[in-house]
Amino acid sequence: MSVNVRIPTILRTYTGGQAEVSAEGATLSEVLADLEKNHTGIGARVLDDSGKLRRFVNVYVNDDDVRFEQGLETPTPDGAGVSIIPAVAGGC
Amino acid sequence: MAVQAAPEQSATSTDTPGVALGPATGLSCRECGERLPLGPVFACEACFGPLEIAYDFPSGDPAALRERIEAGPDNIWRYAPLLPVPADVATKPNINPGFTKLVKADRLAGELGVTGSLHIKDDSGNPTHSFKDRVVAIAVEAARAFGFTTLSCSSTGNLAGAVGAAAARAGLRSCVFIPHDLEQGKVVMAAVYGGELVGIEGNYDDVNRFCSELIGDPIGEGWGFVNVNLRPYYAEGSKTLAYEICEQLGWELPDQLVVPIASGSQLTKIDKGLKELIALGLVEDKPYKIFGAQAEGCSPVSRAFKDGHDVVRPVRPSTIAKSLAIGNPADGPYVLDIARRTGGAVEDVNDGQIVDAIKLLARTEGVFAETAGGVTVGVTKKLIEEGKLDPSLTTVVLNTGDGLKTLDAVAPTTGPSAVIRPNLDSFREAGLAS
Repeated sequence: MSVNVRIPTILRTYTGGQAEVSAEGATLSEVLADLEKNHTGIGARVLDDSGKLRRFVNVYVNDDDVRFEQGLETPTPDGAGVSIIPAVAGGC
Repeated sequence: MAVQAAPEQSATSTDTPGVALGPATGLSCRECGERLPLGPVFACEACFGPLEIAYDFPSGDPAALRERIEAGPDNIWRYAPLLPVPADVATKPNINPGFTKLVKADRLAGELGVTGSLHIKDDSGNPTHSFKDRVVAIAVEAARAFGFTTLSCSSTGNLAGAVGAAAARAGLRSCVFIPHDLEQGKVVMAAVYGGELVGIEGNYDDVNRFCSELIGDPIGEGWGFVNVNLRPYYAEGSKTLAYEICEQLGWELPDQLVVPIASGSQLTKIDKGLKELIALGLVEDKPYKIFGAQAEGCSPVSRAFKDGHDVVRPVRPSTIAKSLAIGNPADGPYVLDIARRTGGAVEDVNDGQIVDAIKLLARTEGVFAETAGGVTVGVTKKLIEEGKLDPSLTTVVLNTGDGLKTLDAVAPTTGPSAVIRPNLDSFREAGLAS
């Protein structure tokens, strides 16, 4: 399964400045592992020491926040778009 | 009396050459402590944690600093020595918000059984009728410092209006993004200032995500998103609520505060502001409790507090309190820390209770609050009933916006007592001649 991963500005040092890269994997977990294989160091920025998504990182598969889906086990169908986005907020 | 505090000198001590933002010296990560120079960034490169302003505050005689503040303008710039803004900020074109009324709410206190003193910090008195003017005014100064030409934001409505107005005053272009289904009052108020207003088909979290992606795209070059890449500066504006409340209480800390929670930023910055006042000797240190208020239809922080969790599970919002409808609150974990550290709590009320509270505040104090104000007043009532908020102490409840912005919430149950013919008999027949 090949997916397109959108890389936030602060992680583009790992992708040679590319805003979007392709990766392989049937689940988000596999996609992140493949990203790490090709862009060493990026995995540790997205996952914490226990292998969970960092508290201030949001990941979307297509338009769905993976926290509402199956987290790292969320399926990543062929051609899906994966977005990694730092958490920010407005409101009060 | 000579003032020993010297913000102008602090400005030259910044570790970011060319950027003079008063006592601000850099950015630091709230999670891992990583230090960065002042710049338009919002997330730590090491751990994605939120970045905060690091300061070199004026040292010296607290009485002299108090005197200097009291002699300042009747807006947030009186606190310029404690904010990331240029020393001459009061002379620049800005919306100059703040120093809103602290209403002593004796009649509301009577209804709620409060025997101490109850106050409403009424931020509907700001230029665009919400507390957002405070944060945007600071962001405008950061945008100027970093050379941005377009001011932007993701918004639940109030912020869009504040950005539109501030950009117009400062002579910047504006382009703001909102969920497509907001209240008409907020949409019109965001559009009237002449900038671009874009409705996004989705909820606030979708708008936020879009803006985060836009900022990483070449399209977003030169754009200052007040609550994204200018967020560390913007968020500091909420500290001024804490400063004003204490100054208006005669330079004393309140015992209890009830603060609305959307992202949680405002609550965390109010706590930060109180701690700064204590550290600078501007108020006498004493315990205070901070209570967070959410709408039941979007209450991820309240749920986490009640469940004893230290992380917040996102929810999909469904509430009339749209200005608080952030299902994935970035500062939620910090709110939990503060509520627990200070001995406060986080509570929520349903939509019916929000409407009742809006009417209660209007009926007792002549303050017409937007739905977020209904949330804080409703939660205050609930906390007293639950025995969590001490009615014998000094309590400040925040109203962050004007009821005219959320007429839809009360319109179905609020209207004329009667429609009569223009004569006295009709008035009597309607039962109004008592």
